[in-house]
Amino acid sequence: MLELREMIWAGVLVGVAISVLVTLSLAFFRAQMGPTVFDRILALNMFGTKTVLLICVIAFWSGRTDFLDLALLFSLMSFIGMVAVLRFTTVGNFKGDQLP
Amino acid sequence: MIVDLLGWIVLLVSIALVCTGAFCSMVGGLGLVRLPDFYARLHSGGITDTAGAGLILFGLMVYSGFNLATLKLMVILVFFLITSPSACHALARSAMDHGVKPEVDEATVGES
Repeated sequence: MLELREMIWAGVLVGVAISVLVTLSLAFFRAQMGPTVFDRILALNMFGTKTVLLICVIAFWSGRTDFLDLALLFSLMSFIGMVAVLRFTTVGNFKGDQLP
Repeated sequence: MIVDLLGWIVLLVSIALVCTGAFCSMVGGLGLVRLPDFYARLHSGGITDTAGAGLILFGLMVYSGFNLATLKLMVILVFFLITSPSACHALARSAMDHGVKPEVDEATVGES
């Protein structure tokens, strides 16, 4: 009975991973087609979030929950990268001493 | 037997949460492609960041029980709930400073 439950759970996780991959491809489409740079940054942000979700789902699917450390690290890295890109589009350089 | 029933209930609740999160995530991705305006797209991206990620992580937490993986998932979830609205806010503010105009319907501007 326990094995049946784990099989159902693994199937559901495969479905969730596929839907997250579909969302990733849609965000990639918007990142390529975006008319402004802010659309591309938004798609980049969503790409980072969905990658973290995909890592979490794969960690539970394969039973190796050590992957969650990678997910945490990736979320930190994605947020810092997005703030850096926003600062670059606002100020124009990475020094940050000439705010408008 | 009662423990087995509890396990099935936990499985059903976590499947419902995770599937709802996947649905919210796919709807947000579709809106990111289909919506006509940058600010509308920002709204759709915010939906995937909070509802999709929150529900999927909460479903995984419900299935996992009380252990270290739940603690890590909770840390990731709290981090998302802090950073995602601030990222959307910074993005909208930067776009507004750079003069990205929201699309308005000219026929309904003066009515409200």
